[in-house]
Amino acid sequence: MNVRVFLLAIFWANQALTQGFAGLGTEAQGFSIPDPDYDITFPQDHGAHPDFRIEWWYLTATLEAEDGRAFGVQWTLFRSALRPEEAEGWDGGQVYLGHAGLTTAETHYRSERFARGGIGQAGVVAEPFTAFIDDWEMRGEGLDLQQLSLFARGMDFSYDLDLTADGPIIFHGQDGYSVKSPQGQASHYYSQPFYRVTGTLTLPEGDVEVTGNGWLDREWSSQPLAADQEGWDWFSLQFVDGARLMGFGLRGLETVFTSATWIDPDGTVTPYGDGELRMEALEWAEIAGREVPVSWRVELPERGVDIVTTPLNPGAWMDLSFAYWEGPISFSGSHEGRGYLEMTGY
Amino acid sequence: MLDITSLEKCFDTADGPVPVLRGVSLSVKEGDTLALTGESGSGKSTLLHLMAGLDDAQGGKITFEGQDLLSLSDADRAKVRRSRIGLVFQQFNLVPSLTVAQNLALQARLAGRHDPERVARLTDRLGLAGLEHRYPEQLSGGQQQRVAIGRTLVAGPRLVLADEPTGNLDEATGDAVMALMHELVTETGAALVMATHSRRLAEGFARRVHLRHGLLETR
Amino acid sequence: MPVLETLFSHWRRHPGQLATLVLGLALATALWSGVQAINEEARQSYARAASTLGAGQGERLISPDGAEIPVADYVSLRRAGWLVSPVMEGELALSGTTWRVIGVDPLTAPTGAIPQGAFETTADAPAFLGRPGLVFVAPDSAPAAPPDFPAIITSDAIAPGLMLTDIGTAARLLERNTLSFLTLVPTQPDGLPPLSTLTDLRREAPAGEQDLSRLTDSFHLNLTAFGFLSFAVGLFIVHASIGLAFEQRRPVFRTLRAIGVPFSRLITALAFEVTLIALVAGSAGVILGYVIAAALLPDVAGTLHNLYGAQISGTLAFRPVWALLGLAIAVLGTWVSSAQSFWHLITMPLLAPAQPRAWSMRSARATRRQAGVGAVLLVISAALAGIGGSLAIGFLSLGALLIGAALLLPGVVVVVLRIAERPIRSAYGEWVLADTRQLLPGLSLALMALLLALAANIGVSTMVGSFRLTFAGWLDQRLVSELYITAQDEYQADAIRDFLAPQVASVLPIAMAETRIDGLPATVFGIVDDDTYREYWPLLETVTDPWDRLADDTGLLINEQLARRSGLDLGDRVTLHPDLTLPVAAIYSDYGNPNGQAMISLDLLEQTFPDTDQTRSAFRTGDADVEALRQSVLARFDLPQGHIRDQASQKAVALRVFDQTFRVTGALNVLTLAVAGFALLASLLTLANMRLPQVAPIWALGQTRARLARTELIRTLGIVAVTWVIALPVGLALAWVLLAIVNVEAFGWRLPMTLFPADYARLLGYAMLSSTIAAALPALRLLRLPPAQLLKVFSNER
Repeated sequence: MNVRVFLLAIFWANQALTQGFAGLGTEAQGFSIPDPDYDITFPQDHGAHPDFRIEWWYLTATLEAEDGRAFGVQWTLFRSALRPEEAEGWDGGQVYLGHAGLTTAETHYRSERFARGGIGQAGVVAEPFTAFIDDWEMRGEGLDLQQLSLFARGMDFSYDLDLTADGPIIFHGQDGYSVKSPQGQASHYYSQPFYRVTGTLTLPEGDVEVTGNGWLDREWSSQPLAADQEGWDWFSLQFVDGARLMGFGLRGLETVFTSATWIDPDGTVTPYGDGELRMEALEWAEIAGREVPVSWRVELPERGVDIVTTPLNPGAWMDLSFAYWEGPISFSGSHEGRGYLEMTGY
Repeated sequence: MLDITSLEKCFDTADGPVPVLRGVSLSVKEGDTLALTGESGSGKSTLLHLMAGLDDAQGGKITFEGQDLLSLSDADRAKVRRSRIGLVFQQFNLVPSLTVAQNLALQARLAGRHDPERVARLTDRLGLAGLEHRYPEQLSGGQQQRVAIGRTLVAGPRLVLADEPTGNLDEATGDAVMALMHELVTETGAALVMATHSRRLAEGFARRVHLRHGLLETR
Repeated sequence: MPVLETLFSHWRRHPGQLATLVLGLALATALWSGVQAINEEARQSYARAASTLGAGQGERLISPDGAEIPVADYVSLRRAGWLVSPVMEGELALSGTTWRVIGVDPLTAPTGAIPQGAFETTADAPAFLGRPGLVFVAPDSAPAAPPDFPAIITSDAIAPGLMLTDIGTAARLLERNTLSFLTLVPTQPDGLPPLSTLTDLRREAPAGEQDLSRLTDSFHLNLTAFGFLSFAVGLFIVHASIGLAFEQRRPVFRTLRAIGVPFSRLITALAFEVTLIALVAGSAGVILGYVIAAALLPDVAGTLHNLYGAQISGTLAFRPVWALLGLAIAVLGTWVSSAQSFWHLITMPLLAPAQPRAWSMRSARATRRQAGVGAVLLVISAALAGIGGSLAIGFLSLGALLIGAALLLPGVVVVVLRIAERPIRSAYGEWVLADTRQLLPGLSLALMALLLALAANIGVSTMVGSFRLTFAGWLDQRLVSELYITAQDEYQADAIRDFLAPQVASVLPIAMAETRIDGLPATVFGIVDDDTYREYWPLLETVTDPWDRLADDTGLLINEQLARRSGLDLGDRVTLHPDLTLPVAAIYSDYGNPNGQAMISLDLLEQTFPDTDQTRSAFRTGDADVEALRQSVLARFDLPQGHIRDQASQKAVALRVFDQTFRVTGALNVLTLAVAGFALLASLLTLANMRLPQVAPIWALGQTRARLARTELIRTLGIVAVTWVIALPVGLALAWVLLAIVNVEAFGWRLPMTLFPADYARLLGYAMLSSTIAAALPALRLLRLPPAQLLKVFSNER
């Protein structure tokens, strides 16, 4: 058994890796399950929910240097529970995994960190907000995390960004209760999609000052995928007029379950249920030995959206303990703009 | 069945090539009995070996039942030997580690026509009954040679070549073995060619040829 | 099928010959594969040690004062971006055994910290981190554990005596929350703040697994060379018996071809026959090899532990790949041994005289040619020995020496016979010598095998004997003090020294620190200036006043290993520590320890190395009663078994360790000699049968069978004695190469060579005894031979 599978097995703490991507489609024994009546409250819910099996703090940013070069940055802290509690010490019950990505048109930098909770090496504090693993850190200010600072470091890259929110936090699905399958699997899910970003990317060839837009996703659950769902394709899109669109398709054995959230520039949210968002892979490429779609047609007829996406770097493959595609995209068609794409389970 | 024309054979020696056969021609028909006489070293054995496809000649031709023996491969010549030509040697050449019965059956088994009844019949005729489980070293010379004759005959050859078959036997035993071989070969209708230096033994054969200075003289 | 049946019928009629062949091949395979099994087991143990200690594969961070490291220090390094991984080590007593517990953090450990294959199922992984957790131990060693103990899982990948577990589980088992050291991941991210600004932990180079394998390589090469020698000796037997079987069956081959078996089919059948026999004998050999290896392994483990401190499991795992390799080498060896026979068969004209040739009859020219090749090999061997300088060259020189001597042997014996012939006048004597010359080609292979075994025996016993003698003398010099005490800790050591000081003539504290000299691990000793050292310490080379230099800190002493390894001479400067470089004042001999050593004054040691071990002391008791002192110390201080030793028992321990070290060599030596004896027996037995035609005429001419039998016996003994005489210089040359080249490379010291004539004479006695047995059987048979059988020779001849 190789070390990667070992770490992965520890991280997802499950018995069968064959079920769904990274084992997300397994039973939720002993853990809390998402409740449609739950009121998300801040600052508490910025912090960890150890009684849920998995959780993430997920930030993506589309960035641009002064000379016009485009970049993408990903910062993720995953939490996985070995048991539904968080205690002090070496066997505190929680394992954290950090993923950092930095995409340029030519290169996709990535790095990964594992740590257990309970000894101070990784964890999340709600007030003042801090999510950290080793020297990677996301610090926030304000009840709604209006200010964020973000740092991560890989072997040959690092980034240090400051983020300021231009709009409110928004809730997906029904007040943050986001349904993931026709059988009713769900998660708690909110976002802050309105960050303006400034900061520095440190690359082997030197530092690059950048500005751009950032998007924070917060999600926790104990069983977000149905057993037959093997992966998902997730978009966060920023239109030139200031509106935002979050959409995803969960690929089942035969059908794809879609969901979308339209976000007006002022933060007004309209959720769209299964089937209203349409996604079609237009072009496939072989990346790291797997067939992965690199160009999508995305339609939301209700909003007159009919666009085609293009990746900044088709090779944005996060080749880590578990592998997936995550990188910045641009799109054109009925609307223009930039965004982030995540594709798992390929 | 066997036609030899202008056969030539030399041996290489330290003093240069020595011709042994200098254009020998001979023809053997089915059922023939032929005695090949000559002094020791006259080339009798060499001629027999060539007839059996055991050796190569420098010139001439040997046709056996329509096949040009000298142009055949080792494997094809071996096939001819095991199924159509039988050899009887002066030193018997039995396999010392096989019993009488196994030695008797050996060539027939190699030829793929082993017939236990035929072996049993021959064992009786050769006077070897009761000795089946002995090893060659436990037999007298006459008995050993009878086993060798039997080994050759069970395979049902069309031509039997015998090289001084009684050379290692006393006269009385030799005569008895000789008579038995003659009788059995004649019964199967095979041709018999025997090399011997003894004129007395050659008497009993229908044809006699004498090899001298590498050439055949018919008597 | 009739062809195969006919071929096999030969073996049915000659079971003794088959037994010789099978036994010879089985023995050869057994010794070869036995040695391979031992080496493989040791290699696996090193790999296990390397991967579990593996935490130690990279650099470590340790506390400068040797203290434990708080978890907070680890966390703050991680939070600063440094990729380090915590390791907690400790000892745990469980059901009467003390286990070494190593707790690692799989989430941060570098690759290789967890042995490959330790986790059989993915379910183990989360359980590893949780409660009660999992511990991995070596197979067959799982202790009886209390009910709340972590689940015990056995794994081949774990070294014996070790418990590998998660750091959380280790913390609970050891009831501790501090770390032993941090492993530094080999590659660190760019742009980190310097380590020295973050922590006062000290970087330490990886601990010595590579050193271990470097040291033990020589030992394994040694074993391999022995295994190969045995295999080669065994192949002589195979060669002889296959050659005989082919020669004996020549008439049968001819008959088979005459009655219609194609040549190709005959060759195929023979190849099949030889391969089948090789497989059967090889299988027996592999099983036997496993038994030999299993029997020798505990000794090997002891040796490796004594010499190098390597931990080897004493139980042997059966590895299918090893068994297959053993079979393959058996088949390959058989093919090689029978190649000559096949070649003869292929080039034999179909009509060649069907009489068996006098077996292996060789022309004088062939013997001369062989002797020429042998002489060239001897020259090459001498040249290689002259070059020296590496283990491989040493062994190449040994190989050339042995093979060259073996090839030369028949020629030498022929010359000896020719010389012996001159004064002989009697007809019978002349016949005996002439007959012996004729016999020689058939015997020569067995004699060559015997020569190899005798020479190896002489060489190795000379080497071991010389070593032991030197070692014992060195012990007398080195262990002058009457009492040696290792205290539990430094406070106790101080107390003991204070307690004994008024009662003894002098107190000699032994302080030491570990360091690296020239990149290799070495120990630095700190000593006080005392007459004991000045009078007795075994110096090999020295300046005029080494002890004064040492006392006033203007010089240091190094051991022979270090001097040879690093090419140091008197006056050369040696760096013990970044702050301490001193010239060499003397070089001392130091046996039974592969590592480098240096000696400086105690004060300088304490100043330079903060982390010293000062628990040991030696005491010159003067007129005091050693046993009374011992008892008084034991009564007053709590000292574990073996921590207080008088001079005699200290010496006994050292010599016992020494003897165990060479036990395996001795065992292999005896086995090789046994194989050679067997080869001789086999050759004599087969020759006896073939020699009737030579003996019968002599008998007919009026010699009694008794005299003939006696002659046979005496002749064999004579030939064996000549072989021994030739083996003697070869063996001594072998010993010289072992002492002057191989040992220097393998251990780092050179020993004076001592001769042991009594041992050599005893070996001659053994050789004579075994060849008497070997020759007696054929001689007895000749004696009892019914005259009719001899007569048959005449009636059967042509």
